[in-house]
Amino acid sequence: MHSLVFIKQVPDAAQVRVDYETGTLIREGVPAIINPFDKHAIEAAVRIRDEFGGKVSVICMGPPMAEDALKEALSMGADNAYLLSDRIFAGSDTLATSYALWAGAKKIIEEEGPVDIFWAGKQAIDGDTAQTGPGIATRFNVPLVTYVIDIKKVDPEKKTMVVERLVESGREVIEVPMPCFLTVEEELNTLSFAPLPYLIKAARSKVAVLNSSNMEIDASYCGLKNSPTKVKKAFTPPKREKGEMIEGDSLDDILNTLYEKIAPVLKEMGKVS
Amino acid sequence: MIKQDISKYKHIWVFIEYENGEVAHVSLELLSKARELAKDLDCEVHAFTVGDKVEQFKDEIFKYGATKFFIIEDPFLKDYMTEPYRDSIVYMIEKYKPEVVLIGATTLGRDLAGTIATVLQTGLTADTTALDIDPKTKNLLMTRPTFGGNLMATIFCPDNRPQMSTSRPGVYKAVEAPVKGEVIKEKFEFDKSKYLKKIVEKIVEEGDKVNLGFYDIIVSGGFGMGAKENMKLVQELADVLGGTWAASRKAVQEGWAPQTRQVGQTGQTVHPKIYIACGISGAIQHQAGMKSSEIIIAINKDPDAPIFEIATYGIVGDVLEVLPKMTKMFKEKLGKA
Repeated sequence: MHSLVFIKQVPDAAQVRVDYETGTLIREGVPAIINPFDKHAIEAAVRIRDEFGGKVSVICMGPPMAEDALKEALSMGADNAYLLSDRIFAGSDTLATSYALWAGAKKIIEEEGPVDIFWAGKQAIDGDTAQTGPGIATRFNVPLVTYVIDIKKVDPEKKTMVVERLVESGREVIEVPMPCFLTVEEELNTLSFAPLPYLIKAARSKVAVLNSSNMEIDASYCGLKNSPTKVKKAFTPPKREKGEMIEGDSLDDILNTLYEKIAPVLKEMGKVS
Repeated sequence: MIKQDISKYKHIWVFIEYENGEVAHVSLELLSKARELAKDLDCEVHAFTVGDKVEQFKDEIFKYGATKFFIIEDPFLKDYMTEPYRDSIVYMIEKYKPEVVLIGATTLGRDLAGTIATVLQTGLTADTTALDIDPKTKNLLMTRPTFGGNLMATIFCPDNRPQMSTSRPGVYKAVEAPVKGEVIKEKFEFDKSKYLKKIVEKIVEEGDKVNLGFYDIIVSGGFGMGAKENMKLVQELADVLGGTWAASRKAVQEGWAPQTRQVGQTGQTVHPKIYIACGISGAIQHQAGMKSSEIIIAINKDPDAPIFEIATYGIVGDVLEVLPKMTKMFKEKLGKA
C-alpha cells in the first residue's frame, strides 16, 4: 500500500492578529504548523502502512521553510518527504496549485511507484477553500471522497476501501476502489505521539526538493499570472466594538431590556407571532 | 493558463441542490441573489441540476425567478456521487456556456465545485459572503473570509469563464419573483464502468450533524454550562427562538455536545443574525468561528470574559439562572407560551 499525503504549512491561525491601523494580518512571531486536518491524514496513512505494509510519501508545496512541516511528517511516521518549491509557483490560486501538486505527485509516482491512496485534509485553515484536494483528484481522474471521518475497511486484495464521510444530513458509508483520493476531518483519528524509532528515522531522512529543474512541469500553468482567479483587494473586517453591558435591578429587568433591544430584529425575522 | 473566448459566455446559472425531494434553501437564496446580479449584467438567471427525478422542482425554481431550468434526469444519478454529477454538469456547462455558475457552499457543493472548475480549467472562489458586479469590467467580484474570518479578500476571474463561486448558506435572502419558465432536458450517456464508487449505507442524523450555517439564530453553550444535562437549557432557548444550538470546543471536549455542533476554528464558522453565547469565555479560536454574527449576546458570570469585548449585548450572570428565565420570558413575548 502506497499512500501519498498532500500537506500544507500554514500559520497557526489562532495566533494571527489583525492590525486595524493598516488593515493587514500580523504574522510576525506566528508559528508555522502543519495544517491540522492534514496531520490526521498523515496519521491515517501511517496506520494503514503499519497494518498492511507499504509506504507513506508526503508532499508539501511552499517556500524552503516548509521543509519543517515535512520533517514533522517524517517524525509522525512518513517514509518519504518531498518539498515542491519553486519561484514559478508564487501566487498560485487553487487551480494552479492543484496543477503543481499533480505534477509533483506524478514525479513521486515515477520514483516511488503507483499510489493506492491519495490523502489531504478537508481544507487548510488559512485559505479555507477545500478546493485543492478535489482539484488534484480530478487531474488524476481517481474517485474522490471528501469529509472522511472513519476508515472502516481496507481490502488490499480487492483494491477497495470502505470509508465513512460526513454529508449535510448525516453520514454516508462509501465503498471506493483504489486508487482513490480522500480528504479528511479531524474526527478521523486521534494523533498519537511519535514513537522513538520514527523520530530517529526522521532525523536521518532527507527531504527531497522538487522544482522545475528536476521534474516535468509547464510553467504556463503556474503562479499568479497563470491563475484564473486574482485578488482585487484584501481587507480586514471592521473591528467589533465592545457593546453594551445590560444592567438592571433584577434579572427580569435585565431580560426585559435585552428583549426590547432585539425585538425589532426578531420582528424583521418573523419570529414574533 | 488556457484563456477562453469569454464573449461566448452568457447568463447566470444556479445549481439546484436538493435532499429528500426538497430544494435546499441555499439554492433559492442564490437564485434571488442571481436576479440582482443579472440586472447589472443584462442577462437571465437559469437554474440547473442533475438527478433521478428533478423536473418536480420546476415550480419552485420558477417561483424564484429562473427563466430556464436545465436538467439531466437519469436513475443512475439517484444518489449524489462526485464523478457522474461532475461529468454530466460539465457537459451542460460546456454546451450552454453560462458566464457565471453559483453553487451553495454546502458539503455537497464544495465537493462538486472544485472538480467541475478543474475540468473546465476555470477559476473558483470558495465560500463567498458577497457577490457584486464590477460596474466597469462587468466581472463578478467575489468576497470571502480567510484566516478564520480575520481577513476578507475580493477575488475576480478576468480571463476565464464561467466565473464560479460557492456561496455560504444564509447570506442572501430568498425572495419570490415568479416567472413562467421553461424546462430544458438534456441527455448524458454514462459509461457506467467508469464509476465504481458506491454508497453502502446512508445514515441520517437529525439533530446530530447540522449545518449551523443554515440558521439565523444560534444559542451556544460553553464550559460555563457546567454539565451535560444543562445543555438542554441551551436547546430550549434555541427552540423558542426557532434557531438551533451549538457548543464551544470546551463543551465538546467535555462530551456535552457532539463535535458536529462545535463553533470555532476547528468547528464550524457561523454568521447568524443573533448568536447567544452562554457560559462561553470567548477564546480567540471560538471568536474566529462566530465574530461575524450580526448581534452577539453574551451571558457569563465573569465580567472580564473576553467574549464581552465583542458582544453587542452583555449580561453578567450565572447562565444556569439566566437561561431558564430568558426562555420563559421570550416564549411569552414571542407568543409561543
